Amino acid sequence: MSKVHPVRSHSVAAAGGINAAIAIDDDWTEHAYDTVKGSDFLGDQDAIEIMCSEAPGEAMHLEHIGVTFHRNEKGELDLRAFGGASKKRTAYVADITGQAILHVLYEQLMRHHLTVDRYEEWFATSLILDDDGVCAGAVARDIRSGAMEVFDAKSVILANGGNGQCYKPTTNALICTGDGIAQAYRIGAPIMDMEMVQYHPTTLAENGFLITEGARGEGAHLLNSEGRRFMEDYAPSKMELASRDVVSRAEQTEINEGRGVGADGQGIYLDVTVVPKKRVLEALREIVNIGRDFAGTDITREPIMIRPGQHYIMGGVKTDVDGQTPITGLYAAGEVACVSVHGGNRLGANSLLDTLIFGRRSGEHAANRGKDMAMPHAPASRMREDAMMISDILDRPRDGRRLSEIKDELGTTMNEHVAVYRDEDGLNTAHETVHRLKEEASKAYVDDHGSVFNQDVLGALEVGYMLDCAEATIVSAIDRKESRGAQFRLDYPERRDEEWLKHINVTRGADGEPEISYSPVTITKWQPEVRKY
Amino acid sequence: MAEYTLRLRRYDPESGDAPYWEEHTIELEPHRSVLEGILQAKARFDGSIGIRCSCRAAICGSCGVRINGRPDLACHTHLDKAERRAKDGIIEVEPMGNMPVIKDLIVDMEAVHWKKIRRVTPWLIAKQPVPVREYIVPRESMVDVTQSMACIQCGACVSDCLSMEVDPKFIGPAALAKAYRFVGDPRDDQHFERLKDLAEDPHGIYDCTHCFACIDACPKDVAPMSQIMRLRRRAGNDFNIEDRNNGERHESAFVSLVKQYGLLNEAELLPRSYGGDTPLAKFKPSVALEMATTLPAIARALLRRKVTPAAVLKPHKLPKQDLAAVRRIYDEVEGREQRAEFNIYISGKDEDR
Repeated sequence: MSKVHPVRSHSVAAAGGINAAIAIDDDWTEHAYDTVKGSDFLGDQDAIEIMCSEAPGEAMHLEHIGVTFHRNEKGELDLRAFGGASKKRTAYVADITGQAILHVLYEQLMRHHLTVDRYEEWFATSLILDDDGVCAGAVARDIRSGAMEVFDAKSVILANGGNGQCYKPTTNALICTGDGIAQAYRIGAPIMDMEMVQYHPTTLAENGFLITEGARGEGAHLLNSEGRRFMEDYAPSKMELASRDVVSRAEQTEINEGRGVGADGQGIYLDVTVVPKKRVLEALREIVNIGRDFAGTDITREPIMIRPGQHYIMGGVKTDVDGQTPITGLYAAGEVACVSVHGGNRLGANSLLDTLIFGRRSGEHAANRGKDMAMPHAPASRMREDAMMISDILDRPRDGRRLSEIKDELGTTMNEHVAVYRDEDGLNTAHETVHRLKEEASKAYVDDHGSVFNQDVLGALEVGYMLDCAEATIVSAIDRKESRGAQFRLDYPERRDEEWLKHINVTRGADGEPEISYSPVTITKWQPEVRKY
Repeated sequence: MAEYTLRLRRYDPESGDAPYWEEHTIELEPHRSVLEGILQAKARFDGSIGIRCSCRAAICGSCGVRINGRPDLACHTHLDKAERRAKDGIIEVEPMGNMPVIKDLIVDMEAVHWKKIRRVTPWLIAKQPVPVREYIVPRESMVDVTQSMACIQCGACVSDCLSMEVDPKFIGPAALAKAYRFVGDPRDDQHFERLKDLAEDPHGIYDCTHCFACIDACPKDVAPMSQIMRLRRRAGNDFNIEDRNNGERHESAFVSLVKQYGLLNEAELLPRSYGGDTPLAKFKPSVALEMATTLPAIARALLRRKVTPAAVLKPHKLPKQDLAAVRRIYDEVEGREQRAEFNIYISGKDEDR
């Protein structure tokens, strides 16, 4: 079930590739170490070992079902360099890897149409627990007709992505509104690592669109207003290919210290002209288009202005290595989930991998679990409640704020106070704002009163999900009094392992307010060390 | 900031009213997209405006619409450019063509586009045995299919396919481009079967009239018509598939007539399309029968002076040096070891280094 046609899902935007240690001179343990280090040691190492050791098999499976991975001269899978990686280990399809994988997976859905039913353009409104607290299905609305239905399910696997729309600007699609995270949170599932929000180092200064890390993987440089490759001051050995949190912070520091470019000094130059043109046209076609269409820049001839921008939510619904949440019958995989393999900072080209590996594992586990189980009967009362909730929204008087204003204020607030650099005052301001926005959102009216494709009323539900996610992010960021990975606290600039080498979990308390608890980080092989690139 | 006026085609299926136009004035920088304009109208004035959209960056394929009568992604069209092309300074946005409208700018892709995609067996039928590691295939082959892989299934080409307007059963540009993605993939085991199927289908590869509308429409440079022509060359030249639609014979008659005369010889084209690429084709009894069925078309062509009675008796003649120039093109193209195919992902140019 998907609220958009499956090929519109946001995995389509994952440009650069998928990591797998398939080269002869590579080993999955190196991939695992890079991932652990990238996570600033907050990632759970048992899960990271599973992800990295299963990666080569997954890449081969994708290749076998039709993904058109680019090849080297010998006809084998070609690999490109990516940030935070000690070797070239990113398999790719030009710079449309996510699109290629998503479309091929949809091909497989069409192929298996006799055994897999698809509900395209259905919007899940809530998850259902039975009397024993087991997840027994979901309520959903057929967007096209407006009809509501209860779906009984032995297991529910959430695969609905992150909540990047809490930020403005963001590289994320308009559909990334944290539906799954909030729905799980509302039925009592803990959400974890929510303070870890990735800012991608290269988003288009014009409008926040993603410029793939593949550009730097192919050799592009970052330049400040002095025309200097400033990364040599921050990460002398990996330069532009340090971890994303490191590069984004470096850029923000350059900008804050007055060495940014552009009219307002808020940009950095990405210079792709140092990459051979033929290679750019073959392997970075999409960003040639983006540069031309959205910034009026020919990236094969001149540098393009970029800046750090919100990109990925490392946190999500807490799961084990089989995708199981603490709620029986409820699974999560991909950006909606937090296993946690990304910890404080995700490496580029590890998100498709995370989604695929733990998506597969969730599916297999749920299938096995379902074998000897009777189909539960989800209580239909939930559907009536949801139908009532929707009609209440439709009936609201037109005297509150417009939903779009609430969404805008949330986005700009988060981007101002819960961004690359954070401090207590800013976070408290954001918290107060979100509290007020929650109040306002509960009264916001909608214009559309129809049943067919009423995007307006679904938008109201989405804003509610976003506010829950944003609040969890803020309370976690306030609580973590140290700097680690994507969380940099100006008031606590050091990483403090003795106290903070642990995950922050947020659950919804009886009063509806977020409650914080902690869970340990699993360490197998790699003890925390000073992180340098 | 600049002001733009959008004229949106609205349709509410629940109202019982006919579709109508509605204007909204929005304020954005000129390089912002038409989609952002529509979203602003939706945010400020009317949340009920229906449009599918998600990524805003021309990669998810949701927001296919017609802008000033031309298909494109709303997120892929700048406001200033759209305004320049508008006939009265007002940017006109309406739903795509060739597909039923559900609401406002939202069309039923499932009923047309996806149905046609499913027609072409849209998944890899992998060569057996499946290797333990990856299939070893030429580097160029994967770069080559990347162009059709780059299709985002937005439906812009389907919207403006002229053949589909006349023959709604035509498999169409998007689905055929998808078919090339498998026919061009060396890992696929069914190239011949796929090509035969698409050549034999009366609504298949030979139903395309070569009008270029889909190439103009495509926001991702997939060039669906080029992919269709490649399917034809693969079918006709590589697999010698002679289809029952006379498509392959028509194409080879075309090629050899232009080679012989330098220009098309219309009177010869039809008999050869039916009877094979030989001057004797017109004397075959079976051809006479088929020709008879096309008499109304021939009559219309004569009436509209697409062909003249004189041309039937006397073919066009080119000056000698021009004919020689045409033949040189043939020699050049046919003399190549490999057929040259145009592909945006493969660029011979590398002037920098």
